[in-house]
Amino acid sequence: MADLMQVEPGEQKPPVIAPGHNYGTVTDKIADVVLKKPVSLGWLGGLFVCFLILQWMLYGVTLLFFKGVGVWGVNIPIGWGFAIVNFVWWIGIGHAGTLISAILLLLRQSWRNSINRFAEAMTLFAVACAGMYPIFHLGRPWLAYWLFPYPNTMGYWPNFRSPLVWDVFAVTTYGTISLVFWFVGLIPDLATMRERTDKKILKYIFGMAALGWRFSARHWSRYETAYLLLAGLATPLVLSVHTVVSFDFAVGIVPGWHTTIFPPYFVAGAIYSGFAMVLVLAIPIRKFYNLGDFITERHIENSAMVMLGTGWIVAYGYAFEAFMNWYGGDVYEGFVRFNRFHGPYALTYMALLFFNLVVPQVLWIRKVRINNFWLFLISLDVLVGMWLERFVIVVVSLHRDFLNSSWGMYYPTQVDWAIFIGTLGFFTACIFLFMRVLPAISIFELRTLLPEAESVKHE
Amino acid sequence: MKDPEIYGLLAEFDNAEAVVEAAHKTYAAGYRKIDAYSPFPIEELWEAIGFHSNGVAKISLLGGLLGGTSAYILQWWINTISYPVNIGGRPYHSWPSFIIVTFEMTILFGGLSAVFGMLAMNGLPQPYHPLFNVDRFAAVTRDKFFIAIFSSDAKYDPMETKQFLQSLHPSAVMEVPT
Repeated sequence: MADLMQVEPGEQKPPVIAPGHNYGTVTDKIADVVLKKPVSLGWLGGLFVCFLILQWMLYGVTLLFFKGVGVWGVNIPIGWGFAIVNFVWWIGIGHAGTLISAILLLLRQSWRNSINRFAEAMTLFAVACAGMYPIFHLGRPWLAYWLFPYPNTMGYWPNFRSPLVWDVFAVTTYGTISLVFWFVGLIPDLATMRERTDKKILKYIFGMAALGWRFSARHWSRYETAYLLLAGLATPLVLSVHTVVSFDFAVGIVPGWHTTIFPPYFVAGAIYSGFAMVLVLAIPIRKFYNLGDFITERHIENSAMVMLGTGWIVAYGYAFEAFMNWYGGDVYEGFVRFNRFHGPYALTYMALLFFNLVVPQVLWIRKVRINNFWLFLISLDVLVGMWLERFVIVVVSLHRDFLNSSWGMYYPTQVDWAIFIGTLGFFTACIFLFMRVLPAISIFELRTLLPEAESVKHE
Repeated sequence: MKDPEIYGLLAEFDNAEAVVEAAHKTYAAGYRKIDAYSPFPIEELWEAIGFHSNGVAKISLLGGLLGGTSAYILQWWINTISYPVNIGGRPYHSWPSFIIVTFEMTILFGGLSAVFGMLAMNGLPQPYHPLFNVDRFAAVTRDKFFIAIFSSDAKYDPMETKQFLQSLHPSAVMEVPT
């Protein structure tokens, strides 16, 4: 498999790096995006719009903190509304970044080297967005530190038998390891930036951030081991995170939640939506920053294929869920099935099936996979579809309980929308800043992919 | 022979194969206080200068074990000794529900130990290093490769070592001031 992914002259597939590059040109081309390229109106305008959207979120959050969670549409029986929908959605998006940086590294898929940096950045920002929601949902977010076990005068400890506490540990570990993984990958490139810039202040900042990295062979040896270990640890971690998130539901007894298919089905859905987000970011980035030499058709097509593959695992999840509703013979579970198709939220379930199962099937056609415009639209479609899936799982399961007396409806309020759309602004604003401030593609890992480096490649 | 003025000698090479070959020769010539520099990791290079094992994996393993066991012990202690809650007579030491946090803490401490262990053993952060005094050394961040023989090496001699480095056909040999 690894051999298939190497750059080979005369190979049918497009190469991982366009021909004609050497160590120097790779370095210049990526570093210049940050150091030489003038700030464009498009970038400023994009950042401004995202920043405005972020203000909408701040408005919503202020209202929320001031008045409490009553400003949301949540009420019994639907105690988990947009906040949990968005939490699960965002953390799922983050998973593709870790998959690309860790799992594909272990599988020696070296094509990942050109997209891992910004995929990791995407993970970090997505986890930051995800992490906000449970804290907002606390009602008294200033007491968020109560979630951690620390010796306190109340004589109290968190309940370690609760999936919600497991979640705290899973998500904070995931956030920390993702941050460290990303930073470790950045160290040699920060050192490159230190030497590439002429401005004294930038030299100082990049120099301090690079920790004085000097490319010593001894350092590289330890570095490579640490990087590989991080990848090896991040791989089970990323699978565990969405598993634990799914336990939040699966451990409960609510019909539609209480099922063992949830962990693998959640992980597949996470990677599905994550790769969609990778494409939504990669397609404009390679176009506007002229990085088509490094993010080639190969990357775009491979990501599309991962999306198609995980899409089918998700489809299997839907099918199996439906089968178990029937085969389990439980009357309430059977009602979940009926209600999804005929209940008040039937439209969201139909839309979910259409967005997640029907539309992405056009990816079987190679022409669509390599057409950036259509692929961009399909990725957006998958993102919407996966958001709807989280909505169906959270809201549609809760709104019809065991007793008719506790049935209800959920209508998101303006504050719900403000905080949801606002995180999109936060996320994209972070991506805009990241593109201009740090090398968006791993320079030193790209050097190892060049034909020049073939002779000393340790495979 | 230690030279107080000179930190070492630095030879510059244009490509990866040349530097690996030169590193092999330097080690074979009996120099031990040496280092090599490359713009990207090359396994053969650190093998060539006689650096065969680093302790990162061990530190990571220790960190992971420490994180996992302390997480488990903490949960056991909280649920059986410090804050036992009787829920329908179920056991206090309900180990299956402690597994997830134990797992997460193993990963967290294993990963952090690998990274901080790597940085500590590398002596980083270290904003200043004598090598940064050599202007041409900046090219290691782009496309050049280097071999350094430090003046603290037992075999180091200002003239002989310089001649030896020149015999390796580098594109330049430079002195590194302390």
